[in-house]
Amino acid sequence: MYPVIEKTLIAENTICQFTVKAPEIARKVLPGQFVIVKATNEGERIPLTVADKNTEEGTITLIFQVIGKTTAILRNLGIGENIKDVVGPLGKPTHLENFGTVVCVGGGTGIAILHHLTKALYEMGNEIISIIGARTKSLIIMEKEMGLISHQLLVCTDDGSYGTRGFVTDLLKDVISKRQDVKQIVAIGPTPMMRACVETAKNPYIPILVSLNPIMLDGTGMCGVCRCTVGGKTKFACVDGPDFDGHEVDFDELDKRLRMYLIQERESLLSSIK
Amino acid sequence: MNSITDFKYIKYGSKLQTYCPNCHRGLNKKYPQKGTEFVEVGIEYSGNKGKLKLSPYLNIFDVELTIDMPEGTTAEDIFCPYCSQSFIVDTRKCELGDHKIAKIYVSAYSRLLPFYICAQKGCTWHGLEKEDEGWLKIRIPRQKMTEQDPYMRIMNFDEVPLGLRMEQAALEAYRCMQCQKPMCIEGCPVNIDIKEFIGCIRENDMIGAIRKIKETNSLPAICGRVCPQEIQCEAKCILGRSEEPVAIGNLERFVADYERAMGVHIPPKCPRTGKKVAVIGSGPSGLTMASEMLKCGHDVVVYEALHELGGVLVYGIPEFRLPKEIVRQEIDYLKKLGVVFKTNHVIGKIYTVKELFEELNFNAVYIATGAGLPKFMGIPGENAPGVFSANEYLTRMNLMKAYMFPRYDTPNPRGRRVSVVGGGNVAMDCARTALRSPGTEKVSLVYRRSRDEMPARKEEIVHAEHEGIEFHILTNPVSINQDKRGNVSSITCIKMKLGEPDDSGRRKPVPIEGSEYEIGCDMVVIAIGTGPNEVLFQGTQEMKRNKWGYIEVDPSTGRTSLDGVWAGGDIVTGSATVILAMGAAKEAAADIDEYLRKS
Repeated sequence: MYPVIEKTLIAENTICQFTVKAPEIARKVLPGQFVIVKATNEGERIPLTVADKNTEEGTITLIFQVIGKTTAILRNLGIGENIKDVVGPLGKPTHLENFGTVVCVGGGTGIAILHHLTKALYEMGNEIISIIGARTKSLIIMEKEMGLISHQLLVCTDDGSYGTRGFVTDLLKDVISKRQDVKQIVAIGPTPMMRACVETAKNPYIPILVSLNPIMLDGTGMCGVCRCTVGGKTKFACVDGPDFDGHEVDFDELDKRLRMYLIQERESLLSSIK
Repeated sequence: MNSITDFKYIKYGSKLQTYCPNCHRGLNKKYPQKGTEFVEVGIEYSGNKGKLKLSPYLNIFDVELTIDMPEGTTAEDIFCPYCSQSFIVDTRKCELGDHKIAKIYVSAYSRLLPFYICAQKGCTWHGLEKEDEGWLKIRIPRQKMTEQDPYMRIMNFDEVPLGLRMEQAALEAYRCMQCQKPMCIEGCPVNIDIKEFIGCIRENDMIGAIRKIKETNSLPAICGRVCPQEIQCEAKCILGRSEEPVAIGNLERFVADYERAMGVHIPPKCPRTGKKVAVIGSGPSGLTMASEMLKCGHDVVVYEALHELGGVLVYGIPEFRLPKEIVRQEIDYLKKLGVVFKTNHVIGKIYTVKELFEELNFNAVYIATGAGLPKFMGIPGENAPGVFSANEYLTRMNLMKAYMFPRYDTPNPRGRRVSVVGGGNVAMDCARTALRSPGTEKVSLVYRRSRDEMPARKEEIVHAEHEGIEFHILTNPVSINQDKRGNVSSITCIKMKLGEPDDSGRRKPVPIEGSEYEIGCDMVVIAIGTGPNEVLFQGTQEMKRNKWGYIEVDPSTGRTSLDGVWAGGDIVTGSATVILAMGAAKEAAADIDEYLRKS
């Protein structure tokens, strides 16, 4: 049993931030790693990236968007209530070093995970240009926190209600054309956003790191549901990733595999509303 | 009145169960030390009363006599030791001379027959009436468990065989010849004393039987269900040479189920040694190790990566083959014995093997993580949605209980026409699970060798056939085809023929050119085996492993290249059976105990 210590609802209650007591995981987890969460006895196992940790207090921070039944159940947990199972840390930690100038691109809930990586990159002495975006103003999260660890912060919304109007890729194109010295891009967010970022980074060619979010079951490389094609080879995102070189990822396949259970997910949500 | 020639002088090769014709009490007894059987009756000669012990074949007058009686004299009376009713009959005489004879009952095929023995010391005449002769000659057929009807069972996930009934178990136990040198025990990877436990069932001592099994095997209810007995103990059974072997597995299952129904006895705790052993993985090998270590007095902590205990027993083997309730009860038994279980602990991630020693102060580590890496064929279209590894499919359906979706949240893979690739137990499990899922109309199974080479248990293959699974044998998939939307539409297969034997001794399948054909399907499950999972080794690079990535160990002790670390089960052998994994644990347990006592 893993008790919830703190709980914050942000972005019109669609994004939820949990601090969960899990000392054994907190002492080991590194940026880029994730945990598998099972909310109830009858629940499914879902992967959630660890957004932060506190080793002294033995807690980890989880940030997630409420999209399905499991995330809805998690949102309804109060402080002091328990999450049934939390397994981790899983996946490989992100490979980070002093690259020079790094552009960090985050969309939606991806900003939360990006923050953890950006912080590490910032502390390593990189020059950070951050681009964050969301559909509308209320969904922009962690703007202040990102500002503290970025040398330049650019914000955009799809509807223009805050910051620049447009997609994060428009800002990314801008930055790349203005700055010749960008050595690395890190893009975390929804799959279409990451795919668009990869397209942008093709010409001129800049290395880009993406964090994939395929369907997962056990998270230990046992089932293979998270398999994706990277550089022509089948990789398991749960053990070989979740971070991969964006130029090598087959996004078409990832997109198809992500839709595998759309009908069931809808049924599950409907039956829980009934 | 019958004439004397109606008697049949018989030579009956097997031991007889004898009863008093009056009170129907059994007369067979056992020597306490030797364990061999004898028949005991009361005897009276020249006024002295005593006891007469006969061989259970009833062909010799006396084995032991407590009173003096010269050769060639006839006893005045032979009587029941319990009710003292005389066995002597006046209506008949011995065929070899005009001697008195005694009548007792013997059981044959669940009925009692009169059997006559001569009361004269030294006379070897014995027999039964001619019309009864047939009954003794009837061999008890191998008792079959009642099964759910194939048309019914494909609608539910309940267990298919319903187990033996009490009287069936008794009959089956009587088929056992109780050999002097039991070969069956050699066939068992954990050397269960099969002769003794069946002997207990013959005496109606079911609890004695289960205790006997539990001396060597801590998971009998599971082994009785999932062991491939036909290639182990039952393959060695002497009866198998002339007829069907004794159903050892079914009897094991019977006594284990009997015990669970009657309440499990928890033995008292052994004195503790204060040594700590970490077991990685709570599958059959890990559970066996845990119980063995406890018996030796060491403390055990079992680490499990998933949220539920049991490893392959809960995520792999489906409900209709091994009800999860049984696994849960076996684990509860270990918990009561004092094993500490920690779920949600992925060793290699949360702790490395080194940290188990250094931070958590374990004295020994046993690795039993199993072979948890699905193999794929590497053919085009394998990553299409609708193609599942057997591990994923079974984990969803069994562990996550997706067959009860949406009561359980995990989405269930759906297909109208399902193809399963492979010929092992896992392939059968996948095919039969798919058949039971709502919306499935047809399930086909594609295997590249012939039916005889299928590694699955015979019972599972037969069950699958009865349930209507379409077998495509000597067939190999070439590619998985997709429709415009990217969903699976069919698999293209090629026909195979058997060529020369390969390394495994099985004839190697070779493709027949130009024999490609398509099997229409919208879901594919790939069950062609598993490899070693790398997660554990990410923190333990220095572990010596063989070319397939499995851990290299000393075959007799299970020691790895690291000091204080043992390994066993599928992580050493590659995908094998539950019982082999348990056997490996037992061997390693003996060595770990020796190591811990020395250190």
